[in-house]
Amino acid sequence: MVAADATSLTQTAQRRGGDRRRLSQLLSVILIVVLAAAMLLSLGWGAADQTDVLAALVGEGSLRDQIIIWDIRMPRMLTAALVGASLAVSGAVMQGLFRNPLADPGLVGVSAGAGFGAVVAIVLGGFLPVTVAAAVGKYSVPFAAFIGGWITTLLLYAVATRGGRTSVATMLLAGIALGALIGAFMGLLVYYADDNQLRDLTFWSMGSVAGASWEKLSASAPLIILTLIAAPFLARALNALTLGEAAAHHLGIDVQKMKRIAIMTVAASIGASTAVTGGIGFVGIVVPHLLRLVQGPDHRGLLINGALLGAIILLLADAISRVVIAPAELPIGIVMAAIGGPFFLWILLKNRNLVEM
Amino acid sequence: MIRSLTLGAVAAIGLSAAAFAAEDHGDSYPQAKSIVSVGGPITEILFALGAQDRIVARDTTSTYPAMVNDLPDVGYMRRLSPEGVLSVAPDLIIARHTSGPVETMDLLREASVPIVLVHDGFSAEAVTDAIRTVGHAIGEDAQAEALASDVKAELAAIAAKVAKVDTKKRVMFVLSNDGGRLNVSGRDTGANGLIELAGGINVMAEDYAGYKLVNDEAVIKAQPDLVLMMTGRTDHEGRAEEILALPAVAPTPAAANGGFYSIDGAALGFGPRTASFVSELHQVLYPAEEVVN
Repeated sequence: MVAADATSLTQTAQRRGGDRRRLSQLLSVILIVVLAAAMLLSLGWGAADQTDVLAALVGEGSLRDQIIIWDIRMPRMLTAALVGASLAVSGAVMQGLFRNPLADPGLVGVSAGAGFGAVVAIVLGGFLPVTVAAAVGKYSVPFAAFIGGWITTLLLYAVATRGGRTSVATMLLAGIALGALIGAFMGLLVYYADDNQLRDLTFWSMGSVAGASWEKLSASAPLIILTLIAAPFLARALNALTLGEAAAHHLGIDVQKMKRIAIMTVAASIGASTAVTGGIGFVGIVVPHLLRLVQGPDHRGLLINGALLGAIILLLADAISRVVIAPAELPIGIVMAAIGGPFFLWILLKNRNLVEM
Repeated sequence: MIRSLTLGAVAAIGLSAAAFAAEDHGDSYPQAKSIVSVGGPITEILFALGAQDRIVARDTTSTYPAMVNDLPDVGYMRRLSPEGVLSVAPDLIIARHTSGPVETMDLLREASVPIVLVHDGFSAEAVTDAIRTVGHAIGEDAQAEALASDVKAELAAIAAKVAKVDTKKRVMFVLSNDGGRLNVSGRDTGANGLIELAGGINVMAEDYAGYKLVNDEAVIKAQPDLVLMMTGRTDHEGRAEEILALPAVAPTPAAANGGFYSIDGAALGFGPRTASFVSELHQVLYPAEEVVN
């Protein structure tokens, strides 16, 4: 009797798992279609509404249209899609790694470090030696943001690793300490910033895809794409880790190696994303949660669909940000928080009893 | 295809820039009739030169004269969106040299929209230079020359009065009062230029550049005769009382003599109205009866 119950329970669980996997695959197909639509929208919808998109796409039409499509909208579309995917996937990986639903990519220090790099470049950029300034030129802010993010993560990783074992708890706490220190330095620099620099800093922190260019994209895309490809391979390990580090180890997972890969790829991907677009919050936490509500906590589907949904959300937010007060433009962070915040709250209230990790 | 077009455009702009480098006030586009004006003072100059019908869009900082608010707004001057600017199909952009971001300016040049940059400055020369640069850009050199000499003459008249002042008044410009913490202007600001042209001494000019939160005791030590602020939404009387009663300001001559004045925020940007703002502040600092004595 008891045995039969257990068997039927297992069967139910398996059936449920199978259902969810099919659901996740179906969702992937839907998301791919929506993503394609969002990309087309991003190419075809902008402040300059009289643009002949098709002619410009095939290399005809006016110089103005060609520049709008090829040099403004195209890099912008690709940047929004890649950064959105990178934020969502990194968020999902961090939540799995820290076994905390509130973890976001910022936990490994990369956002704070990138912010610090950006502040240093904006405020102290004028003091750079001429040779360095010539080498990095107008990309000094993204460059410094990437370096800042990367160094901070390496530092945290080194602090939290002892005897070949990385303690995620130590990393979390050390991240708070380092964040406070970075905050102090940033405050100091902000104090010395002039009015123009203060404006630049404010806008940087609100994030924007508006500065996208082929040059920035070619520098950041490889790092982001590498992470997007690597992340699904972490799925099995992240699933095992939900049972705890010891259990994951017994299931044959090299936990230390997995941590190293997860932390480094997230740092690279978020460093590159933040460098190009400035600080964009929200996506990293909300996208994985939305998907978990729909398709369950299995990381295999989560990481793939997360990339798709993250890309879609950022593309749509960017499309809105560029037309809502055209010809001026809203920072994307404002659009995302204003629309995404209430939406997420609504989903949460509707599914209050379904929230699970 | 695009790359070669781009290179061509960049090369063309490079060449034309080189060709005109010898000129005093940059390039001239007398045919331009769809101008995007970026920066409050630049828009004011365009209006003063009677070119308002040639403006198709402005930036967020351009708010004077009031009718400029009917024009499309391409965003804050340091956050211009390339597509937003191109969407109004400009044939000339006149912008303060601090406009940006760099990516947008590069793309606009790539789209072969001519850009004339006007250098900011907080002196009489800076204003007249800006007027001449804008005037030359739109092919109204004679008009600009007339406006520039008017402004120059007005400022010179005030400077002559200033020269006769025995003891210069000490002025503290307060950008904002955040619950008693004062954000005060140092040197290299519009406020500093305004105070100096009006014949006052900016109390913090020797201490720092830009706007900074200052220590209470530094304010007491500075001994301002007048606290100057921008006209705000709150009523003038209430603000004067509040500021002069602050512990930092109370022991200064300003509090003792009720020395408080608020001036239009546009006074901080140097344009065609600068002379009248300078004159206004000069009157406040050195009222007529004092000069007679």
